[in-house]
Amino acid sequence: MPLKCRDILGLEHMETDDIKIILKTAESFKQILERDIKKVPTLRGKSMVTLFYEPSTRTRSSFELAGKYMSADVINFSKATSSVNKGETLKDTAKTIEMMGVETVVIRHPAAGAPHMLARHLDAAVVNAGDGAHEHPTQALLDLFTIKQKKGKIEGLKVAIIGDILHSRVARSNIWGLKKMGAEVVTAGPKTLLPPFLDELGVKVYTKVEDAIDNADVVNILRIQLERQKKGLFPSLREYSIIFGIDSDKLKYAKEDVLIMHPGPLNRGIEISSEVADSDRSSINEQVTNGVAVRMAILYLLMGGGKPGEQANY
Amino acid sequence: MNRLIIKGGRVIDPSQGIDKISDIFIEKGKIKAVEENISIENAEIIDASGKIVTPGLIDIHVHLREPGFEAKEDIESGSMSAAAGGFTSVACMPNTNPPADNKSVVEFITEKAKRVGLVNVYPIGAISKGLKGEELSEIGDMKHSGIVGISDDGEPVMNSNLMRRALEYSSMFELPVISHCEDLNMSGEGVINEGLTSTILGMTGIPATAEEIMAARDIRIAEFTGGKLHIAHVSTKGCVELIRQAKAKGINVTAEATPHHFTLTDESVKTFDTNTKVNPPLRTAEDVEAVRQGLKDGTIDAIVTDHAPHTIEDKEVEYDYASFGISGLETSLPLVITYLVNTGILTLSQAIEKMTINPANIINVPKGTLKPGSDADITIIDIEKSITVDTKKFKSKGKNSPFNGWELKGSVAMTIKSGNIVYKNNGD
Ligand SMILES: [Zn+2]
Repeated sequence: MPLKCRDILGLEHMETDDIKIILKTAESFKQILERDIKKVPTLRGKSMVTLFYEPSTRTRSSFELAGKYMSADVINFSKATSSVNKGETLKDTAKTIEMMGVETVVIRHPAAGAPHMLARHLDAAVVNAGDGAHEHPTQALLDLFTIKQKKGKIEGLKVAIIGDILHSRVARSNIWGLKKMGAEVVTAGPKTLLPPFLDELGVKVYTKVEDAIDNADVVNILRIQLERQKKGLFPSLREYSIIFGIDSDKLKYAKEDVLIMHPGPLNRGIEISSEVADSDRSSINEQVTNGVAVRMAILYLLMGGGKPGEQANY
Repeated sequence: MNRLIIKGGRVIDPSQGIDKISDIFIEKGKIKAVEENISIENAEIIDASGKIVTPGLIDIHVHLREPGFEAKEDIESGSMSAAAGGFTSVACMPNTNPPADNKSVVEFITEKAKRVGLVNVYPIGAISKGLKGEELSEIGDMKHSGIVGISDDGEPVMNSNLMRRALEYSSMFELPVISHCEDLNMSGEGVINEGLTSTILGMTGIPATAEEIMAARDIRIAEFTGGKLHIAHVSTKGCVELIRQAKAKGINVTAEATPHHFTLTDESVKTFDTNTKVNPPLRTAEDVEAVRQGLKDGTIDAIVTDHAPHTIEDKEVEYDYASFGISGLETSLPLVITYLVNTGILTLSQAIEKMTINPANIINVPKGTLKPGSDADITIIDIEKSITVDTKKFKSKGKNSPFNGWELKGSVAMTIKSGNIVYKNNGD
């Protein structure tokens, strides 16, 4: 089944059916990733560009590998950008890419809405690899995929998202995706890092981590950035780790078989203790593999190439 | 054109409580009479039957961008835009380059505007030298050169003591201090109203409180000093309430609101259309309603555009990087008619009052009236006409309007300044 959407801009407006198709398709690609020889010819002759206005080795490599495992041609564009020295405008860059005739553009940008702007100017499919604090749909999809693989379902599970919700695109996309898939979503973090009216997104909001974690099936821990301390949003990393850092003690409130997730990279000893990160309840390493599988599914679905299911035969 | 008669229009002049079908006789650029059935020999006749005839509209908050930012707008294009919007007088903000913080820049603006000659341009001087918020600019000297108020619009005065001195000092010259209320520490890097929409979009928010604490501060200082305070572009419910309370206490404060703040909410930012990026930001539906009520009960005295033209390059970028501002002169009147008059919030006469005599009184200029002897500044309006906003047709260099494509009611048929036709709608 083809996707209804032609771009992957966010999960807020993505149809639930599309989410399900992506998760289903990713299962086959996960199997490919478990093989010795991972390369399949699915997207031979297709090309994609990764356009990263923010440094991110993880996400970029994940997309790049996803494309390469399916034999697509992958070109990387890096752009240093700031509001003062913007250089070439996004619109002009979009035009340039258009002329190169690529099928898919993967964009990471510090400004919310940049992928949407790109999508307005491009015929190529646009995949949002993170726009400001707005959305990071492929991360949320890989999180959903991980939960589904580990727990067998998403519906009815209690998922706690802990940390800096205010600046987190991962949190926003996860909230939309989890709600669509029928999970119960709760959040917790310092009051200063919880955006206003968060509850109107259909999630419960706590400032005590223990309240959020209570009886949770999944705890998704967000990365905290030192920069937020400098802006006066919390006093110190030390205090943050004491009150909001997830360690075995706080995890006692969760279900016994709680699944621990983190989008990475980890600040060990700050938002997550090493003991928790390295425990068998943690799926942090598997999330990385699943990220490639989900991105393969997305690129495959956007760029066509045979029917879903067929790729499992390669 | 020595003698002119505007015949058969519905003349609305709130300054004299006039609302009747009448003729207006103009001689040598001055109003001679407003009476029924005027007949004078050798007079040119303008047929205004079926139309509304009002004193020339006045906008006391525009950015004409000259000197310094002529790619966005200049005094000529801004004057053409004003005339097309039905305005015969505008007061322009000092955040030019160099800023209008001294007599020579003020005189440059008035001289240039006179040479263009389309509309009356009243400069507003800077409160502080270089708009830096440190030392008072030469307010008295600029008054002699024709400023009608002082403001550091766009660069809010964070120093309370400087604001105190500005209100004290300007009161000697009967100049209003026009305050752009924004606590810069609190608004920070914000690009949108702080609320549910900023939460969903993950954009940095500017809370209503950032506006309200400065309005509260300035009202308190106005009470303390007895100075004349005018609050610019009121956008929040709390700000409307503060002004309402201040007026009830008899404090010398007036206020203005823009069409975009009584028509649009922050929800429109969801399109990522950078033409919705404006400062103060578009607020919530509750704030929009409060601004409308403030206009209705007289808390808000004047309607202004905060006309802030920008180039395409300033706006065709990511939302975070786009310039703040809306090109407003050419949509103001139809937005007022469509969203305030036709909805019953204001009578036509009240709306005209807020676009003529009230703003004239705030900046203390002898305009906004059809009293015999006054300059013959007149706007003829077709309130029934439906229009579709087309920014490509704007006279302003700034095409940055979130109203492009909107269907509105009301259109300027003709704008007359000192008895001369400065704009005529050719019906396209
Ligand atoms: Zn302002």
